[in-house]
Amino acid sequence: MTRVFVSCDMASVALGADELADALAVAGAEVVRTGSRGLFRIEPLVEVETGGGRIAYGPVAADEVAAVLDGTHPNCLGDLAALPFFAHQQRFTFARVGITDPLSLSDYVSHGGWAGLQRTRAMSPQQVVDAVKASGLRGRGGAGFPTGIKWQTVLDTPSAEKFIVCNADEGDSGTFADRMLLEGDPYCLIEGMAIAAHAVGGTHGYIYVRSEYPFAIRTLREAIFRSAHLIAPFTLEVREGAGAYVCGEETALLDSIEGKRGQVRAKPPLPAIQGLFGRPTVINNVLSLAAVPFILAEGPERYSEVGFGRSRGTMPVQLAGNVKNGGLFEIGFGITLGELVEKIGGGTESGRPVRAVQVGGPLGAYFPPSMFDLPFDYEAFAQKGGLIGHGGVTVFDDSVDMLAMARFAMEFCAVESCGKCTPCRIGSTRGVETIDRIRAGGRRGDAVEVLPQMRNARAAARGVDQEIALLRDLCEVMKYGSLCALGGFTPYPVLSALEFFPEDFGAEVPDAAARR
Amino acid sequence: MSDLQHATSPSGTRPPTGDDEARALVERLAEPCTGRRGALLPLLHAIQHEVGWIPDSLVPFVAHALNLSRAEIHGVITFYPDFRRRPAGRHVVKLCRAEACQARGGAAIEAAAADRFGVAMGETRPDGQVTLEPIYCLGLCATGPNALVDGKPVSRVDAARLERIAAEIAA
Repeated sequence: MTRVFVSCDMASVALGADELADALAVAGAEVVRTGSRGLFRIEPLVEVETGGGRIAYGPVAADEVAAVLDGTHPNCLGDLAALPFFAHQQRFTFARVGITDPLSLSDYVSHGGWAGLQRTRAMSPQQVVDAVKASGLRGRGGAGFPTGIKWQTVLDTPSAEKFIVCNADEGDSGTFADRMLLEGDPYCLIEGMAIAAHAVGGTHGYIYVRSEYPFAIRTLREAIFRSAHLIAPFTLEVREGAGAYVCGEETALLDSIEGKRGQVRAKPPLPAIQGLFGRPTVINNVLSLAAVPFILAEGPERYSEVGFGRSRGTMPVQLAGNVKNGGLFEIGFGITLGELVEKIGGGTESGRPVRAVQVGGPLGAYFPPSMFDLPFDYEAFAQKGGLIGHGGVTVFDDSVDMLAMARFAMEFCAVESCGKCTPCRIGSTRGVETIDRIRAGGRRGDAVEVLPQMRNARAAARGVDQEIALLRDLCEVMKYGSLCALGGFTPYPVLSALEFFPEDFGAEVPDAAARR
Repeated sequence: MSDLQHATSPSGTRPPTGDDEARALVERLAEPCTGRRGALLPLLHAIQHEVGWIPDSLVPFVAHALNLSRAEIHGVITFYPDFRRRPAGRHVVKLCRAEACQARGGAAIEAAAADRFGVAMGETRPDGQVTLEPIYCLGLCATGPNALVDGKPVSRVDAARLERIAAEIAA
């Protein structure tokens, strides 16, 4: 019987992978469901096992399976690893995703699984923390804080009980690496969390997954059940989010696990000292924890020899939006933005020129193609008023209206604000209104304001430039006055749109008086 | 309680009528949560899974089961967009509004969907057949615009796929 491999990743299913798998099974093939290879242009994809390795076909419709099984389908891609999109990658964290059956423990073992955990168990907690420090691993959730230092703080804080929390509330638009790993290689995350538990003395772990990822939740629950004996005495459970973006902020996430409204906590105290239920807590992103098994199995030097400046190791970059070769591309830091978008991504899918690229999700800056020489590195992006965040790169063609995107950034912040601090809660709504007035060409004095008895109210109209100055001022307040990154980083997309695409804001409209 | 008696959830289950039924339902669903710390969200998810929404009439029993105040339960239910205080339509279509889908023409599809289904974004159609809701990212960002139709993901939503969805929700 022919063995074929079809992805069960949510993105593949959304493109018809389930129907394809069913048709292959009806046609008599033995279907193995895997994670996604990570290039969505060729999905739904089927790989056929042959004596000379797997031969890929894609995209394939469900009614074309006969041509795949007799090898005559025109969309034959041969060995995927030879395709430039895959040949140029450095897959440390995603080595198994797309290749193995996500829930098969024997697949996991035969592809190097648990080697890191086994090595860890022969080491002292301090040695494990030292290895993570030596790897140079920094938090992949966006902040880029050194993971080893966070673990050291938890290790050094005495407590009868410590928690390992995985932040899988991947709410940023344009990012899907966490989802692909949870669905495609859940044991890798479980192993990483077990290593963290050994390193800091963790007793119980939570994986907080957003409700928008039902496939990931299902896969993860089954994987935890199947691997419980391998990570004992450490225990794990999945907590499902409930649609609040702000719960991706670590302290809001902790409150949410505790069963409260997902509101941000003021820091200090740091979660590493007083985190979940007041106990010392390691809280890391999926990608940070999933990088750990490789570091322990292969040695920290092997991880840190790849990278750029102070950004060591690899980043699973996600190419999204209007891009031809959208998908997951894991590569060492230092690749330029232009290489990612033009060379790897192949430009826009619409075929029109690239106008803007948003890096790092809804709180990341918009960059024009003139900045494509920027290397993918935490510091380089910060220096240019942006962030790499969770590694999402969303591409827009020249039909994009940047004023609308700036407005959306403010609108999103207003929708998702937890409401605890004023700059975020109120500022975001005022931001939407200000941008609407910029769109309208400025502000006229309203009927009440111009009444003669309104001596203290400002009756004068404002021109576009004055409204833009107001918007900049508001952004300043949000940036420095907000409690967390939601309010604090929403100005990044707004200010970058304003700076690099001023023409969309109608900046120099001279005669405001004429419109009174 | 009369409005509850006629309401049905997408799965067709009926919300509990009367205090005894409500108490029994909450106690049954709260049972696996006993001894679990931070059990409120899992319990609310369980209720919504079973009933389709979270009737206000259940709140006192949830408070009692978890030894919390009614205000705390109310605060949590109203904080999270997933929890419904009113029944949804028989079909629920969630459309992604986030940047990556916008870069692929999401705004036009959003307008077309509202027009085709005859319901504004965020609303349930008066005949209770469909609810159209915004969602902020399904993590399918290279193949947008994306939708979740009764929990099933659909990518590359265009006019033709919108027609297919419309046929599905007419059933």
